[in-house]
Amino acid sequence: MAAIEAEGLVKTYGSGEKTVRALDGVDLEVPAGTVLGLLGPNGAGKTTAVRVLTTLLTPDSGRARVLGLDVLREPQRVRERIGLSGQYAAVDENLTGRENLVMVGRLYHLGKKEAQRRAADLLEQFALADAADRPTKTYSGGMRRRLDLAAALVVRPPVMFLDEPTTGLDPRTRIAMWDVIADLVAGGATLLLTTQYLEEADRLADSIAVVDHGKVIARGTADELKTQVGGERLQLVVHDRDRLDEAARILARLALAEPTVDRRTRELLAPIEGGAKLLVETVRELDNAGIAVDDLALRRPTLDDVFLTLTGKAAEPAANEEADR
Amino acid sequence: MTTDTETFASGRPSPSPGPVARHAPGLTGAFYDGWVVTLRNLRRMTRIPEMVVFATIQPIMFVLLFAFVFGGAIPVSGGGTHAYREYLLPGIFVQTLAFTTGTTAVGLADDLHKGLVDRFRSLPMARSAVLLGRTVADWIQNLFVLAIMALCGLAVGWRIHNGFWKALAAFLLVMLFSYAMSWIGAVIGLSVSTPETANTAGFIWLFPVTFVSNAFVPTSSLPGWLQPVAEWNPISSTVLALRELFGNPTGYAPGQVPDVLPMQYPGWVSLGWSALILAFFVPLAVRKYRSVSA
Repeated sequence: MAAIEAEGLVKTYGSGEKTVRALDGVDLEVPAGTVLGLLGPNGAGKTTAVRVLTTLLTPDSGRARVLGLDVLREPQRVRERIGLSGQYAAVDENLTGRENLVMVGRLYHLGKKEAQRRAADLLEQFALADAADRPTKTYSGGMRRRLDLAAALVVRPPVMFLDEPTTGLDPRTRIAMWDVIADLVAGGATLLLTTQYLEEADRLADSIAVVDHGKVIARGTADELKTQVGGERLQLVVHDRDRLDEAARILARLALAEPTVDRRTRELLAPIEGGAKLLVETVRELDNAGIAVDDLALRRPTLDDVFLTLTGKAAEPAANEEADR
Repeated sequence: MTTDTETFASGRPSPSPGPVARHAPGLTGAFYDGWVVTLRNLRRMTRIPEMVVFATIQPIMFVLLFAFVFGGAIPVSGGGTHAYREYLLPGIFVQTLAFTTGTTAVGLADDLHKGLVDRFRSLPMARSAVLLGRTVADWIQNLFVLAIMALCGLAVGWRIHNGFWKALAAFLLVMLFSYAMSWIGAVIGLSVSTPETANTAGFIWLFPVTFVSNAFVPTSSLPGWLQPVAEWNPISSTVLALRELFGNPTGYAPGQVPDVLPMQYPGWVSLGWSALILAFFVPLAVRKYRSVSA
């Protein structure tokens, strides 16, 4: 059974000319124990989808179920079974880390003792024990994110929603966060993860749904999406810049299309068919012509290529720039 | 960035199985959840020094300013040497506690803005708990504010003349009124987009509302057309009820109380206003809370 199901979700904001279709008929299905990556640019509708699935927002039309429970008809039972960690790190900055987690535990109706014990465990697990009794406004961005994630895990819910869990984090903290999320998944949780980062979806998700303008425009595993965009590319770096055009002519004969030529990096890139066999053939031809090659690789399209092809927009650059904000 | 990243990437204990969420039984559950949120709000009040200072200084400042600046200029019939100060104090009580509207509005808008309301709404807790927790915490803070104002008033010459029980009734009446006003603040806080707007929307309109009343001057000194407005103002009936219960000067010569309902039966009318405000704004706030989004 699918742990998360959505059919034809529609949500519009505003009216008349200015109507924004935040969700324009979204269908999703996440089998139990798997990770779905909802990948899309800012404003694609990812957060809106999460808000509907976590009972925070009523859609205009469509149906959604979590663990077979209708989110509109039985929201309270859904809330007992989900954990949500949003992109804004919703922790009370005037309370300490411990107080935040105990409060959440008590609102899940754990007893006072049990809430305290669970808070202590989570603080330990997320390496926040040293900062446990400091107000969270003194925490760094990464620490807040971890506390927010810990708050979503207080009852270890079987279904988790992580809305852009690493947006705004520096690369090192992001990678550490990925390890934490990978652990959750290893523990058998079903996870819906939204992200703008292809690398993140590629690394954490079993399957990916690409969202743009409130619609799912492609879905499948990372491999399937890459195949969908087109086969392999051959990439080679010629040692001697003067022989670049000559090499390009040889490659053009073997490849499916004219190679792109980058004079600065002395790099040629062309779509091919035939994989390793063609690679060997190319090497032989170049060798016969006496052209020395520095690097030669058979490369499958990256999710970046997928995203660019599907949406006509480049994906958000991963890591570095975001962290500077 | 502080050095918080290295430690947890490795050597972390593997995730332990956690406890399971439990159903809270009906009404008890709603009060329990509301109390958890109340404690959280009270705790954070003590963590924000500005709030504590503001809550303490503002009432003291108002008592002293009005007592010493206006005290000599506004004649009040009845009462002794401190006639105006005795007249003034119930007005200050009601005005200051009416301002709780703004406090509640800002508190809720802040939670909304920071995404905390989303967190609460994703938890299996009573839907009323966030609003209950906010208004009850503000009410408890107001008890503290009222105590400070009363002590400060006693220091400048205000007195209770009609005994303990009537004084208790007066304090309860004004505390009920402040609780009702808090729910107006709840609706404002859930309707605006930022805490800054909540601050403006929660406080500004209270100035004319509290000043066009009998809080600081007898309504008979107002222009004729404004007098009925002031007399029907919920602030006025509450203030007059307090004056009568405490035995402070009412600003009217004996037998000269205006022949309008809220001035003839100020206590009952004040109770009625509080009930009316609660009956209207509680359901409105709860409905807004259900559909609100940050």
